Amino acid sequence: MPLIELSNISKSYLAGQITHPALNDITLAIEPARLVTFVGPSGSGKTTLLNIIGCMDRPTSGEALVAGTRTDTLDRRQAAVFRGSHLGFIFQSFNLIPVLSVYENVEYPLLMIIPAPARERKERVMRLLEAVGMAEHRDKRPDQVSGGQKQRIAVARALVTNPQVVLADEPTANLDQHTAHRIISLMRQMRDAFGTTFVFSTHDPRIVEHADEIHTLEDGRLVPEHRDFTGGTAHA
Amino acid sequence: MRSIFKIAFRNMTRYKRRTILTSLLIILGVTMVVLFSGLAGSVKSMMIGLITDSNLGHLQIHARGYVSSIDTLPLNLNMTEDDFQHAAAILESTPGIESFAPRLKLGAVLSNFVESTNVRLTAVDPVKEPLVCPGIRARLVDASPGVSALLEKGQVIIPQKVARGIGITPGDTVVLVATNRDGSVNGMQFTVAGLIEDILGPSGKDAYMHIDDARSLLRTGKGEVTEIVVRQAAMDGLDRTAGQLAKALGQFKNPKGKPAFEIHTWADLSPFANIASMIDLLIITVKIVMIAIVLISVLNVMLMSVFERIREIGTIAAMGTPPGKILALFVAEGFSLGLLGTAAGIALGVSGLLAVKAAHVTFSFGRMDNLPLRPEIHITELAIIAAMVLAASALAALQPAWKASRMEPVDALGHV
Repeated sequence: MPLIELSNISKSYLAGQITHPALNDITLAIEPARLVTFVGPSGSGKTTLLNIIGCMDRPTSGEALVAGTRTDTLDRRQAAVFRGSHLGFIFQSFNLIPVLSVYENVEYPLLMIIPAPARERKERVMRLLEAVGMAEHRDKRPDQVSGGQKQRIAVARALVTNPQVVLADEPTANLDQHTAHRIISLMRQMRDAFGTTFVFSTHDPRIVEHADEIHTLEDGRLVPEHRDFTGGTAHA
Repeated sequence: MRSIFKIAFRNMTRYKRRTILTSLLIILGVTMVVLFSGLAGSVKSMMIGLITDSNLGHLQIHARGYVSSIDTLPLNLNMTEDDFQHAAAILESTPGIESFAPRLKLGAVLSNFVESTNVRLTAVDPVKEPLVCPGIRARLVDASPGVSALLEKGQVIIPQKVARGIGITPGDTVVLVATNRDGSVNGMQFTVAGLIEDILGPSGKDAYMHIDDARSLLRTGKGEVTEIVVRQAAMDGLDRTAGQLAKALGQFKNPKGKPAFEIHTWADLSPFANIASMIDLLIITVKIVMIAIVLISVLNVMLMSVFERIREIGTIAAMGTPPGKILALFVAEGFSLGLLGTAAGIALGVSGLLAVKAAHVTFSFGRMDNLPLRPEIHITELAIIAAMVLAASALAALQPAWKASRMEPVDALGHV
């Protein structure tokens, strides 16, 4: 059963009196434990599609089913709860909280979103920091580590609540090629270790080849053929 | 909650200069209020203590209608001995009453055989009077040495300024001439037992004489009195006691069928009550200014804080932080700013009050000089100030916090 199912998703924005279509009739299914990427030029709708999957935006029409929940009908509060319990996020600019240490940044979701007992919290945070190779930097502040290290921390933070899906919008855009490859490799490792589905957008052709599935967007439409490097089903 | 305050406190350290400046404003406001409340409140309490302890007492009981005619010292509105006994019985059975004393008030012409002047006289029981007005002895200057009682029969105490005006000194012989209720005039010789300092308020410039002498001079009935001065064990609850006494004394009627007595607190009788009210009003005004300072400074800093952290708010909202917790994060930050300012402001203000106390500063009020300034502030007052600042801080942070909690993650993350 697909983890993410999008049916006839369309999204348009009203700017003044002019309607700008951002997504047009997107139908897509993503299976669990996959590394999926959306590619396409700027303005093709990648971020909008990720936002709809991530319950941060609502489609103008169509249905979105994520982890068995109709997410296109959730209100603001329900969407926040759903994001906290089912999704993880990795951002292009890392978006770590600057006043918290590396450890505290990873711990944040377990304190503020899905509270966990102190002992369990510590175990989970340390396990992930070790998994992403940042355990020795646990007491540093985000401004004391490199860009690649920040994104590794962000990966750990996204995974600490054991989400089924991690969404990443251009996660390697601010990284050099070597570091970008390491981050994508890390995502693959985490997918294998925790069975998490990673969905990320990029327009960097160097890292696309690491994905299990590649979906191409152009002018808000999904280009019919897509590549599945693992023999998964094509749903475009 | 601990996590929320931990993050809030860390965020305060993010913009150190701004936090310090805002805290300084709050500290300044709180210090100002603590100092002003301590100083003005102490001056007020001391003045009230001075007035009640040395002249007015806490409560006074008169025959109905006397106080409205008090300027003319009407002898026909004195209480009879029976009236006094009725009132005394009630006072003795009223809890909280520490002591009471009878007085007879009259006007007379004072002569030293060379010059004469009009004086108002308060005739007292020299044993009971110091019990209701324990500060009266402190007002005496140039008292005859070796005299233990306030005064004895045949003696008068003359106001200092009157004595200076017509050249009277302690030990001199003077004559008092008074007109009694029937219109006949009587005169008696007295020895000046001492001089007394003027004090603010009604009867503050009165001469004193023995109540038995006054009855002889006026040829009144044996136990006739003008007023009964009452001292309560504590100043708190005077109005309540006055109400109780009014109810208990209400059973006694005058020949017109109206209540025979009227009861007044010191505040009803002294014009200083208006000054005390003005001091209270000033303290309230200073508190309002302080709240305004706190509101404006915290609101300003929190608005800036929200504006500068829109992307961060978007991040935590996207991660699934409930809007209520985002709101709590910012309210906690404003509250923490207030807490920091309150703690430092109270410490600074109390230190200032202690320093003033240690410096033995004196001040003048009206014709009274060298009054010692002993500033004090009650712990309850400090708690009220702290509660006001903390509430104002949280309230000021509420609007920016609400704004932060209502941000759409998509819009906030896209903010440049």
